[in-house]
Amino acid sequence: MAGRHVLAIDQGTNSTRCIVFDQAARFVSVAQVEHRQFHPRPGWVEHDPMEIWANVARVVPQALHRAGLSLDDVVALGIANQRETVVAWDRRTGRPLDRAIVWQDVRTADRVDQLAADGFADVARRRCGLPLASYFAGPRMAWLLDAHPGARRAADRGELLLGTMESWLIWNLTGGPAGGRHVTDVTNASRTMLMDLRTLAWDDELLDAVGVPRAALPEIRPTMEVYGTATAVAPGVPIAAALGDQQAALFGQTCFAPGEAKCTFGTGAFLLLTTGTEPATSTHGLITTPAYQVDGEPPVYALEGSIAVAGSLVQWFRDSLGLIRSAPEIETLARTVEDNGGCYIVPAFAGLFAPHWRSDARGVVVGLTGYITKGHLARAVLEATAWQTREVVDAMLADSGLELSELKVDGGMTADHLLMQTVADVLGVPVARPMVAETVSLGAAYAAGLSSGLWPHREVLRRHWHRAGEWLPTASEQWREEGYADWRHAVQRSLGWVREGRSR
Amino acid sequence: MPGPVQSIERAAAVLELLSAASELGVTELAESLGLAKSTTHGILRTLCDVGLVDQDRRTGRYRVGRGLTELGAASVDVHQLRSLAANWLDALAVHTGEAVRLAVALDGRLVVVHHVFRPDDSRQVLEVDSTRPPHACALGKVLLANGAQLATDLSPFTRRTVVDPAALRAELATVRHRGYAVEVEERVPGEAGVARPVRGRGGRVIAAAGVTGAPERLLDRSGLPHAKLLRQLEDAVQAVTRELAAA
Repeated sequence: MAGRHVLAIDQGTNSTRCIVFDQAARFVSVAQVEHRQFHPRPGWVEHDPMEIWANVARVVPQALHRAGLSLDDVVALGIANQRETVVAWDRRTGRPLDRAIVWQDVRTADRVDQLAADGFADVARRRCGLPLASYFAGPRMAWLLDAHPGARRAADRGELLLGTMESWLIWNLTGGPAGGRHVTDVTNASRTMLMDLRTLAWDDELLDAVGVPRAALPEIRPTMEVYGTATAVAPGVPIAAALGDQQAALFGQTCFAPGEAKCTFGTGAFLLLTTGTEPATSTHGLITTPAYQVDGEPPVYALEGSIAVAGSLVQWFRDSLGLIRSAPEIETLARTVEDNGGCYIVPAFAGLFAPHWRSDARGVVVGLTGYITKGHLARAVLEATAWQTREVVDAMLADSGLELSELKVDGGMTADHLLMQTVADVLGVPVARPMVAETVSLGAAYAAGLSSGLWPHREVLRRHWHRAGEWLPTASEQWREEGYADWRHAVQRSLGWVREGRSR
Repeated sequence: MPGPVQSIERAAAVLELLSAASELGVTELAESLGLAKSTTHGILRTLCDVGLVDQDRRTGRYRVGRGLTELGAASVDVHQLRSLAANWLDALAVHTGEAVRLAVALDGRLVVVHHVFRPDDSRQVLEVDSTRPPHACALGKVLLANGAQLATDLSPFTRRTVVDPAALRAELATVRHRGYAVEVEERVPGEAGVARPVRGRGGRVIAAAGVTGAPERLLDRSGLPHAKLLRQLEDAVQAVTRELAAA
């Protein structure tokens, strides 16, 4: 079986994993190490880039060892990574300038407000496909250059390098100070707020406005291309793909064609819909993003909508209310009643995201009567995720003009059958769960395997996608529309709670 | 109607005292119950043997045993069970190429709590929350063999359904002995099944996991499951058992 396996590195927010897949795209082995989370100030979240690089160096040999394989059995390596997390490092020494600033970090809120005041909201939307938010990477790069004396000058001269997590890893894998390649892929570059979505190049006006010198930035490359051959960790193995984790999940779910969509239900929920070779402009608060790009082909775009609070609402129900002992018990409690009893929970814990984008919203529980039990509340918790999914899907279909025939799902919450059935019921389309739950790693492996020629064309990968379970809509049209009307009514109640002069 | 059984009343009193205190010695217990020390000691020894009381080896004092807390606690939540088992049972379906189910005894019925489709993309319907006749399927035989309270009317589903109580009893003894159960066209013609027990904390059987498929794929010529299939099934239930222990 020599030369017939692919390594996927999933560099995530909490851990770094390496998964080995065989030629039939079957899971062979995994190794995983968590890394530390630093919270030096309220709203700041950091990782140690050296720790993450050391973890990559640990998990790759470990995963191979567990599979009983050697590097000779590996055709290619692909990377899927936490998006929008920024690293700055010295080109000569390879030493990071500071800790990595993580995507959850909100220290750049002031910079983003200033960009808004300078009238850049429209430019960001049109040119990058992004709403102005502290979520994106560019302003973090500028913050690093301003926070460290001399850093901006070093960056101007190209002595200090900037990048998102995949850039940092590829540079180290391909030699680091001894000629490492400084590259990023289109999916990651699109999250900086510095790249023009159509030309796939850094945009001078945005570089200037955000304050990031071009000399410090990586070269933007396709998602699937051999960036180089590893000299460290996996010497001799071609590094054949890199993409952001949510785009990787979309690819792992084989959503290659327009109208194919996936939703990952975790702490939050991430919905991506493949729209085609033209970027679909959103008028409903969604993100336009490259889904993938094959070397020598135009990119394929997607629309993305994130739901901030999904599984975390169940965690809140468990930890803060104490009504259940473990998260899966939400289903047990919800099944003690037939319906929600007229109760709705809008979990706008930090305002509402797509498609509303209302920071003045806060969570509400509405429809309370003496009849409501904790069972009804549990139903309302699960339905909140389902209705938010419906809102994002509606916005996507409106922006793209596409139809959805099925939603592919993954993530921990897919073990909740009541939730999955409710999602099928509120969307009115089948919901399908794949046999391989590790869609992020699988997407990176698919991309690397395609790019290195292990698989001739992405269409053959569809043969490896197998349905492990499927939920068909059973609710009536009347139930669906009445419930949706109630949900929208509930959302209205959550708006405008945060007022001027009140601290929360 | 017989009157109350004195020794059980006394045992209950011992347990009540122990649950109120963190630890008690045999003398203290005997005194507060007004019993002879030897009688109290006999009660404590019996309760230790059945796991309801523990004795500290170092001090010789007694406390409420783990068996008692497990008696009081509800059985494992089926949705938590599914959540812990899902990944391992998905992998079992991939590696065997067959449909996989996880079942528990719930209110006297066998209920399927997790179902992974056979990975061939044929039309299949999710059978979660459906019930099966326990005497006519491998999942049910595993649960019956391990003391699950399941209603069985022994009605025939096919020509091969085991409907004779003595024959079923004999088969369940074999299931307990071998650690797996088999069904061959006993519920549905053209379908065989193999299942193994999933054990919770303390080794108690809390669920059954099994695969179903065409008899010629699952069984060898003598009608026994392929050794590789039994091993894959064993690996999967062991993994789920480990998850349950860690939860």
